[in-house]
Order: sequence, then structure tokens, then C-alpha cells
Amino acid sequence: QLQLAVPVAVVFAPGSVPGDLPRPLPFRDVQEMEISVNLRTSITSRYETVYRSTTAQEEAALNVATAREADAALCPLQDASLGSLTVYVVPETSSVLPQGVSIYVGKHRSALVRAGPSLAALRTRLRQLTQVMSFTASSIATALSDRVPDSQLGPDARRHLKSSLGYEITFSLLNPDPKSHDVDWDIEDAVNRYVQPVLDKLSLVANFSVDSQILYYAILGVMPRFDKESSSFILSAHSLPHVINPVEARLGSSAASLYPVLNFLLYVPERSHSPLYIQDKDGAPVSTNAFHSPRWGGIMVYNVEAPGSPQASLPLRVDVDMVRVMEVFLAQLRLLFGLSREELPPEFLLESPGNEGLADWELDRLLWAHTVENIATVSTTLTSLAQLLDKIGNIVIKDDVASEVYRAVASAQSAMAELATGHLYSAFQASKEAVTSSERAFFDPSLLHLLYFPDDQKFAIYIPLFLPMAVPILLSLAKIVREARQRKKEPTKMD
Amino acid sequence: MAAPVPAVCWVRAAAALLLGCCGAALASGVQDQAEQFFRSGHTNNWAVLVCTSRFWFNYRHVANTLSVYRSVKRLGIPDSHIVLMLADDMACNPRNPKPATVFSHKNMELNVYGDDVEVDYRSYEVTVENFLRVLTGRIPPSTPRSKRLLSDDRSNILIYMTGHGGNGFLKFQDSEEITNVELADAFEQMWQKRRYNELLFIIDTCQGASMYERFYSPNIMALASSQVGEDSLSHQPDLGIGVHLMDRYTFYVLEFLEEIHPASQTNMNDLFQVCPKSLCVSTPGHRTDLFQRDPQNVLITDFFGSVRKVEITTETVSLDSDLAGFESKLPKDELATEPLKYAEQLPVAEIIHQKPKQKDWHPPGGFILGLWALIIMVFFKTYGIKHMKYIF
Repeated sequence: QLQLAVPVAVVFAPGSVPGDLPRPLPFRDVQEMEISVNLRTSITSRYETVYRSTTAQEEAALNVATAREADAALCPLQDASLGSLTVYVVPETSSVLPQGVSIYVGKHRSALVRAGPSLAALRTRLRQLTQVMSFTASSIATALSDRVPDSQLGPDARRHLKSSLGYEITFSLLNPDPKSHDVDWDIEDAVNRYVQPVLDKLSLVANFSVDSQILYYAILGVMPRFDKESSSFILSAHSLPHVINPVEARLGSSAASLYPVLNFLLYVPERSHSPLYIQDKDGAPVSTNAFHSPRWGGIMVYNVEAPGSPQASLPLRVDVDMVRVMEVFLAQLRLLFGLSREELPPEFLLESPGNEGLADWELDRLLWAHTVENIATVSTTLTSLAQLLDKIGNIVIKDDVASEVYRAVASAQSAMAELATGHLYSAFQASKEAVTSSERAFFDPSLLHLLYFPDDQKFAIYIPLFLPMAVPILLSLAKIVREARQRKKEPTKMD
Repeated sequence: MAAPVPAVCWVRAAAALLLGCCGAALASGVQDQAEQFFRSGHTNNWAVLVCTSRFWFNYRHVANTLSVYRSVKRLGIPDSHIVLMLADDMACNPRNPKPATVFSHKNMELNVYGDDVEVDYRSYEVTVENFLRVLTGRIPPSTPRSKRLLSDDRSNILIYMTGHGGNGFLKFQDSEEITNVELADAFEQMWQKRRYNELLFIIDTCQGASMYERFYSPNIMALASSQVGEDSLSHQPDLGIGVHLMDRYTFYVLEFLEEIHPASQTNMNDLFQVCPKSLCVSTPGHRTDLFQRDPQNVLITDFFGSVRKVEITTETVSLDSDLAGFESKLPKDELATEPLKYAEQLPVAEIIHQKPKQKDWHPPGGFILGLWALIIMVFFKTYGIKHMKYIF
């Protein structure tokens, strides 16, 4: 079965070493946990922990005023390979962590933990922390969602984007009322400044291609209601699913690539329907004025203020504030990939990743999930290919299909070996290669079983042709045999 | 005076309590509906609509398919998610009294051809091989995106087939057939690769129920217009066009679909009741044993429409507009590409005057040789060797 190893380094600052250590520092420890996916499959997670005390440089770095500065100072001192974690334990009375916060997770792959009263308390905190920063049982179950029985998965388990070799991102500006609004958005600049850093960080995961378009006279599928109290138009939460459909037909997608498309739409409402707000289930207006659909993309409504004077000449010139828009779109992109920050207990403090969009450990989370998903996909594909070959005995496997299969198996095995030793980056690359090869082998156009005739069809065609011809031949053969036998008997009688 | 006041208070309190309970029940009812809404588990919809006949007298099959295409588009599935396979020889057929139209109601009420039909496989491209390639995904890499079924494990697919069929097979364009075993195997290949979440298979041919008998993959629901041994009948001829315009089963299914709008909550049980024997003459059948959910909970729009799950976005990323603009950390590798040139082609004259390649002569193979040897030996043994001199 599959083994996932996470190398963790726990560094004790002076004054934070708990009294009940089993061995003197430094020492190694391995904790294994079993995540069972279904009756036959289970995944073992190994946390290979190295406990040591701080070096002089690390001590100096920890003596600063805020956690953020500590994190920045500690970054160059760590082992920053993908998949590894470093946890610094600070004394309970330390002022580096603000009050009420016992765990601080930084932008890179490190965290600061306040020391507890005993090793056991520290261990529980550490376990919680390492699960947040690498993978949890539920994230693994989500990655392997087609092997987990349906009852165990939550309702939102399968809404994150599947692991793919590339994604296409399309930004669309919808202007239903060009007579009133002359909307201009500097999308190229915004993509270069805000989106490109995020995509550069995610480039380890997949290839991204970005394009943009402006659509005129594109209306939403739903008429918004007018709300007298706020004198604005409201789109309620239960009408949101029907908004996308009329627009989707016009969105288009690149004819050349087969990658999944993520659409981000910016809708500027018509003059007669401004301002337009989105209401959630409880009736409160949504602060971001945006919603997203799993595996599809997101929509944001951008309200234009009414012109000051009624005699203002139409169309109004609108320059879209791209920072506000990109904040929402990038958040939606993170949610589509499954990186959400909401489910943590309050004693955690997460550092915001700033313009990069996602922290290094969030990238690790994504890589763990995608690697496991890739390996599962490869094994499913190759198994079903083998079953297909078993069923159709006379299928012809071309040489390149065979070599793809061999390559897929070798890459999958190396990916599993790398996962067991904790090298996340090489494991991910190997799993990507394995998926590419197995997909190419499975979807090879020559494997169509229609091209191979089953035996019963062969009989059905040849028997009506040859049976009438064969009857006199067989009868004559029988006559020959009878005559030969008779002749053998006759000489004995003719005496 | 004290007595009525507490009574009024008590009544008011009881009324408030009742209203509170109702409100809570209503809220939880809406909550339940929202949960049920999520229960289908799909995020996108695809449709594969196949008309397997050609020639003018099979007008009704093309009209069937185009009407289902219209309904599916109306309910929200975009053209990029519909694979339409038609022989497409009706609209411009020389026998069509109204060129560029295909009508589905008599008296030429409804033109289902229109201006925006997007046929993906037309005319001779509608073959069993292409159909199976579309389903299983084993398509040559040069196929454009519109001709592919790019479904994933969260797609609900509607497959509608119509044409002439028999017990266990469906005739494609008068020259080939697809059997129910092949279809079941194709669906199993799709399931193995998780190319669908749930599949609805509707077939409107004679003896249509035989086509879904062999399915064995999970999450498939099937509907057919007639049972084994029965014929599906056509609905109404149009005297102006001169052919039958629609088949009965599809006609009544479309009447049923006219009342469905994207937000409707009608479920599959209603679709099973469409077209009873009194109207359809044949007995429609359905098969739900492979389907995991109860048909009562399956909405029509789960398959015919495209209603997406949405979530409100509550998080934002905080961007620092001052920081932006620095050079990206990763080096952009610029490949110096050569300017592309038009490909050199063989001069045409050389191709035309090429001599035909000498085909090597192979002696006849073992089977033929053996057969002829057997025939000759038997002939001469039976009738005697003396006939030999009359032959040579």
C-alpha cells in the first residue's frame, strides 16, 4: 500500500524544552498513522520527526518582536525542500506570539508553537499542526474520492478541481449595457502584476494559460428583484445557479487545448439594474459580491456608481479597479483548488501569503493531494486496460502503447518510492509522468474493440457460406472411409 | 380585570411560539431542499444525441433528435457540451418542399433546424466506430474540441438515440449495426475511466428495450420507447411534406419537457409515466436497477438541463498593489523559434504520373490450399480416377 512520509524538524528554543523528554536532545522519532480509505486500501502516514535545540542564529532570529519578523528571519535558515516542515517551539512566556495564539503558521514551511506544560500537550499540538500543513485524512479521502464509499464522503468532497496537467484561465468582462457604460479594464497589467505571481508559484503543479475577453450585451439568466429598503437590486442565493447558463454559451474556449477551463466573469450591471447586490441564504448582502461554482469558475458583480448629475453624458467611462477585482478572483481561484482557510481553530494564526497568493505549505498540501490522486488514477487506468485486454483476446497492442504502459508502471513505482522517503517534488513529477503515459496508453485510438471481431461473429459469417459446400464433402469422406474399411475386410473373405 | 390580560398574554405567547416553530420548520425545509439540491453530485452536464438513419423517409428520426437538441439547449446545456450526430440530409434534401427547415409539428408549426444548429458529426461521419470513439474517448489526436466528449467524473450525461432497431441491435445509416453488448461494453469502459457520474440513456426505436438489457455498469438509468417484440410507431404525417414528422414516444416526451424550466423540481418518476400505452401503442420501458439514487429524487434538470452548484465567495486575498510589478522570480525561458515556413509539398505532377507499385505475388495461403486439395481428392476418390483424362 501507499506510504506518505513527511520530514518534520522540531526545534526547541531555550526555555521551552519540556521536562519529560524521553531522550536528551537531539533525537529522532517516527510516528505512523493509518488512514483507511476503504476495506482494501489504506494509506500510512509517517511523520519522521527530528527534535533538536536551536542554533545561535535561530535564537537570534526568534528574539524579535513579532512572529512575522521571526518567520522572515528564520526562512533562510531552514531546509526548504518541498514537503518538509520546521516547527519552532518558543517558551510559554515568549512575546513573539500574540496573546491567545498558540500556533503561528508562516508563509513558508515553518511554524511557531508555544510550548505546552508537557510533552504530550506539545505532541497533540504538533500533530494538529502537521496535519494542517501537509495532509489530513479527509484531504486524502477527497483525493481518492472514487475509491471511497459514498457514505463516508461529505457533500462537498468532490468539488475541487481534479489534478490535471494544465488549466486554462479565462477572464471575461460582461457589459450588458454598452450605451450607458463604457467599461475599460486593464487586464493585461492586472494579470502581470497580480495573477502571474500566483501562477508562477502554481507552475509546479500544472501549466497555466491565461486569456481574456470582453462580451457585450451578455445578460444574466435571472431578473434581479428590486429591494425598496436599500433601493438596490438583489440577486438571491437560490437564483444564482441559473445565472450562468445563458452566458456560458457565449464564453467560448480555446479550440486547441483540452485542459479544463476556469472562467472568471466580471459583470457590470445595466444602468437600470444598478446597484446589484448578491444576497446569501440569510438575506445579508455578500461583502465580496461574488460567487463561484465548483470546477467551473467564478462571477463577480461590479457596481458602477450612479452619475452625479442627471445630465451626465452617456456612456459613462468606467475604469475598473483591478485590485479589488483580482482580490476576489484570486480568492476564488484558491477555493476552486481547495485551499480554504476557514476550518482552523481560533488559536491558530495564519500568515497571509500576500501577493504570492498561497503559502509554501499550501502548495505542499496541493502537491500531496495531487500526487496521491495521480497514483490512484494511474492504477485504475492500468487495471482497466488490463481487464479490457483480457476480455478481447485478439486485440493487437502496438509497440508504442506497450512502451507507454511500461513507462507508466515504472514512473508510478518510483513515485510511490519517493513518497515513502518524503521527497515530495520528485514524487509529484514522477506521478505526473505516470499519468501522462497511462492516459496515452489507455486512450490510444487503436484500442477500439470494434475493430476486433468476436469469435461468434466469425462463425456467424462463415458457416452459411461453407456449410452447404461442406456437406457433400463430408459425406464423401465418410463414404471413402467406409469403402477403405470394406476393402480391408474383403481379401480375407475372397479366399 | 386581571384574568383576561394573562389569557391574552398566554394566547399571544402561544401564537408567537407557533410562528417560531413554523419559521424553524420552514427554514429547515428550505435547508433540506438545499441539501437535496446538492445530493446529485454532478458539476456539469453533457448530451450525446444520435440519429442513426439517413434518407428522406426517415425524416422523423432527424426531427426527433433536433427537437431533443432544442429542449436541451433551452434548459441550459451549451453547444460546447452537446455532441450532435445527424445524417443532416433533410434540410437541404431536394425532396424538401421547404428547404433549410425541419419541422416537428404538422402544419409546419415549429422549425427545429433554425439558425444555430451545431452538428458535430454529420452525414457519413455518423458511424458505429465514431460513436464508440466519442463515448470511450479513444479519438485520434487531430479531432477538434467540439467533436469530443470531454466529460469527467462529475458529469451527468444524457444519451439519446433514435433510428431503426431490432432485438439487440440498432442500425446505423443502413450499412452497419451496433449491438447491445457493444454498447454495454462501451459504457463499462466509460465507467472504468470515470467518464460519467450518472448516465441517462433514452432510445426511441423499435424493440428499444433490448438495447438496455445488457448494461452492467453502475449509475445508468435507461428509458426505451417499446419493449422487445413491439414496434415504436410514428406520430403524425404532414400532408405538405409527405412524411411522418415525429415518433410518438419522443413527441410525448417533448410535450412533457415543454413544461420543464431550469428551476423546476419535476422528477424522473413523471418522465416514466409519459406516453402510456393508450397514446403510444407500444409499451415504454425503463430500467433503474443500476442507478444508485431513487428516481423520486432525481430531477429532470439533472440530465436535461445544466443547473450548476454555486457557493458564495466569502474570502478575499489581500493584495498589496505597491509590491506588485517586480520581475517574476522564475526565469522565463525564451526559445528562439524559427519562423515557420509553408510546408514543402510534392509537386502534383509527380504524384499523378507515378507508376503503380508492383504488388508481390503470394502463393495462396494454407486454408485455401487445403480446402481445394480436399475438394479435389474427394471428387476423384468418389467418382474414380478415370475422369482425370477428361479434365487435363
